[in-house]
Amino acid sequence: MTGDFLIQLLAQGTQMFMVLLIAPLTVGVVRRVKAILMRRQGAPLLQGYRDLSKLLHKESVIADSASWLFRSAPSLIFALTWVAAALVPSFASGLMFNWAADVVALVALLGAARALLALAGMDVGTSFGGIGSSREMMIATLAEPAMMLIVLTLAIAAGTTRLPGVADFFIGQPIAVRVSLALSLIALIIVALAENARIPVDNPTTHLELTMVHEAMILEYSGRHLALIEAASYLKLVLYLSLLICLFAPFGMAPATASFGGWAIGLVAWVAKLLGGAALLGVWEVSIAKMRVFRLPDYLGVAFVFGFLAILLAFLSRGVGQ
Amino acid sequence: MIHTYQFVVLVPYVAALILVAIPSYRVGAIVNVVASGLTFAAGLWLVGGERTVGHYAIVDEFNIVFIAINTLVGFTTSIFSASYIGHEIETGRLPPSFLRFYHAMFQAMMGSMNVSLIANNIGVMWVGLEIATLITVVMVGLYRTPQSIEAAWKYFILASVGISLAFFGTILIYLAGQPALGEGVPAMTWSLLEGAASKMDPAILDLAFIFLLIGYGTKVGLAPLHAWLPDAHAEGPTPISAVLSGLLLNVALYALLRFKMVIAGHPAALNPGPVMITMGLVSLVFAAFMLYQRRDIKRLFAYSSIEHMGLIVFAFGMGGPLANFAGLLHMAMHSLTKSGIFFAVGHIAQAKGTQRIAEITGLSESHPRLAIAFALAVLAICGMPPFGVFASEFLILTTTFAREPWLALVPAFGLLVAFGALLMRLQGVIFGEPAGQSHPVKASFVPIVMHLLLVLTAGIYLPAVLVAWFRRAAELLG
Amino acid sequence: MNEVYDISHLLAGVMLVTSFALLYQGRIASVVNTFAAQSITLSLAVAWAAWSQDRPDLFITATIAFTLKGVIIPIALHRTVARLGIHHEVEKVVGVGIALMVGLALTALAQALLLKVAHSPENYYAGEQLALALAIILLGFLMMILRRNAVTQVVGFMSMENGLILAATGARGMPLVVEVSVAFSVLIALFVFAVFVFRIRERFDTIDVGALDRMRGDRR
Repeated sequence: MTGDFLIQLLAQGTQMFMVLLIAPLTVGVVRRVKAILMRRQGAPLLQGYRDLSKLLHKESVIADSASWLFRSAPSLIFALTWVAAALVPSFASGLMFNWAADVVALVALLGAARALLALAGMDVGTSFGGIGSSREMMIATLAEPAMMLIVLTLAIAAGTTRLPGVADFFIGQPIAVRVSLALSLIALIIVALAENARIPVDNPTTHLELTMVHEAMILEYSGRHLALIEAASYLKLVLYLSLLICLFAPFGMAPATASFGGWAIGLVAWVAKLLGGAALLGVWEVSIAKMRVFRLPDYLGVAFVFGFLAILLAFLSRGVGQ
Repeated sequence: MIHTYQFVVLVPYVAALILVAIPSYRVGAIVNVVASGLTFAAGLWLVGGERTVGHYAIVDEFNIVFIAINTLVGFTTSIFSASYIGHEIETGRLPPSFLRFYHAMFQAMMGSMNVSLIANNIGVMWVGLEIATLITVVMVGLYRTPQSIEAAWKYFILASVGISLAFFGTILIYLAGQPALGEGVPAMTWSLLEGAASKMDPAILDLAFIFLLIGYGTKVGLAPLHAWLPDAHAEGPTPISAVLSGLLLNVALYALLRFKMVIAGHPAALNPGPVMITMGLVSLVFAAFMLYQRRDIKRLFAYSSIEHMGLIVFAFGMGGPLANFAGLLHMAMHSLTKSGIFFAVGHIAQAKGTQRIAEITGLSESHPRLAIAFALAVLAICGMPPFGVFASEFLILTTTFAREPWLALVPAFGLLVAFGALLMRLQGVIFGEPAGQSHPVKASFVPIVMHLLLVLTAGIYLPAVLVAWFRRAAELLG
Repeated sequence: MNEVYDISHLLAGVMLVTSFALLYQGRIASVVNTFAAQSITLSLAVAWAAWSQDRPDLFITATIAFTLKGVIIPIALHRTVARLGIHHEVEKVVGVGIALMVGLALTALAQALLLKVAHSPENYYAGEQLALALAIILLGFLMMILRRNAVTQVVGFMSMENGLILAATGARGMPLVVEVSVAFSVLIALFVFAVFVFRIRERFDTIDVGALDRMRGDRR
């Protein structure tokens, strides 16, 4: 019993530290792929780690008008995102915190982090922070309903909103070419791009006043505060990639009853899929242009429409592989 | 071996092929009349002949009524068309090269309507009706004025709604019939579907009937779906208006009634009666009021067609032998009278060079014979006593009074409203000082007089043979 | 059975998504391209039905859908747009958002109607296919109503007709599908021709009240 508990703790701990460990690398892969495609030299793959350590060693400058919220927000955002990322089944389902790994809980955790970030963005009182926060909230109001529809579709298909349950369900099925699942996949990708401030919604590398959203909110941060926020955004990318992988490409993932061997295979498969997903994201970002902010409702509306269609079709074809 | 019923279809199609090859429009017009006459003869022969139910064709007491009316009005319209089109050529509204096309299309349309009346297959019936409709779309745009192209476009858009919904309903009927009759052709055959209705899934039948009612109802011109009808009537050549009102609406109605017979075969399925009564009455009253605001004379009578189709659908919705009999009779009378009116209106519009009612006055002075024919035809469609329309309307109202006295008030009210509107317009057109331009017209009175005589005869004395025939048809409808 | 059904369901679903894409597009060229994609998906769906139901005659329908509606008509429409000098933006009666919402409502309606049919086991698959087809048909209507330009209206009509062919192939063993599809193709060719020859441009507002007033006989 105690041994079991220790093994479980070990597995869950591995997951928590793995996501943190691999997050800067994932972002590095995205940047590297983009650089290669643009025929640039590009930063080395491990640049993300260097950035974080550099920032952690720097002094943090805080504006005079900043309140406690500004100072405490980075740690809270990091904590919330880390917990959320640790909950998504990555290399194995049936981990210790499984009971909490509910999609609705996930959405709630990320929503809280987002709200904190938006508040912090407005806290100092600069105009960029305000613009960023307002745009971020607009994106949120459009993306979150779509996200909830996707969750509902999965819940109808699998009969549960708990991620490990959904993942187990999909592992047990032959790869079903179900329209509603395909639609929710597309919708989830659209939402994921918006949530991670990637092209075409936002550009993570821009500091152009008119277009930036995420960068505008964190413009006032520096030093360790910035490091925490950057790390949180890396984690968020890993989280969404893991979510997509665990829902739509779960092969290789260790089932709940697996032991160390299964976990090892699962770990390798997960890292490979994660980095592959990051490379695809890089290709995508190079091949598409950023959208005007005014067109965002249309773009995220597509995610909503797809999510809604997925629900409708799920009602029609209840039960995958019936 | 060639059956009689094949002539009704073959003659028009062969004629269409021949007409394409004839460059002279005078010869073309004559061939058109001859071909229509032959088709009419084949139709009459069919009426006298035996009833058959084959793999592809069905001739029973019910559809023979429609075939007879169709071939008769087709024949008289071709006579009218010859004189009407001659005038259009002389005034230069139509180039002679169009006429080859026009005559061939006319025959192809008649043939397609006969196909859909005679087919023993819901798919073939649909195809026939759609081809006929689409030919009329092309004909409506024949003058190529901006207005006529716009009317044709509108007609096309709304007709395509009807086309697709009716086809979807047809697929559903097939799906309903499939378990009972097996895959393939049998599940689309009228004669088998009617027998097997009780074994079908009532939920699918209900759904199918809704789609069919909306789809074919668009063609019949029932009230919320009628918007194409006035435009198509007003902008096309008048012979086409006559055929549209007199025949195409009937063919769509025929389709609807056939499907009603199938649906009625299942006890648990939706009862089509109340739905048809409601749609019929709404069309009747709506069109009656719309008559007052019309300024274009062809549009006026287009709305009058909506009104009468409403009354007919109402009668069939009431059901029962007597109401069905009255409905069939009224349909026949309406076809004859309305196409007669359009013949007269065509000549009047040519004589005055306009379709605006306000500019057509004093016809009794300038064109006395045309005025008398027109006045008699309008009085007939209003339901004045010696004419057959009076007899059929009277029959519809009395049977309704006998069964549902309160319900009968609605059609009675609608008919009175329409009566007032038509008389008011008639007075303005016939009497007063002749104004505006006035051309002499070589009107051909044969078709108008023929129709009026038939309607008059039916009003005064309905031969016992005819009564027995219509009664058998009405009984088939259930 | 399951794979057969899954693939036809997938293709029908892709067609439905392209129907929504038709409503979403803002430029006439992309509308035409999306329509071509839908027609090619239809031809795949019909070919799949022909193979899985063992009905070789349906391959004719698939071939017609591919060559005529997937290739020839899109090219003709592109030429028409270029030669008539039609405005390149799609003229809309309402915005994209509202159009998509109405489209969703129509899809829900189609599902609700056909769920009644799908309740018996032998009709389950046909009912599901018909629900998707009906949704495509209704979205085609929506497109004809919500777009002012004649070219986009024709595309709406053709997309609706794609839905009809899909519905007809969904009903197992239905005869006359090939004949109907041929008749439809002739008809479509006719109307594309009409748009080209009669130079029907942006004038036709089918549900526009102004147009109805103009057409009420107040002229001459």
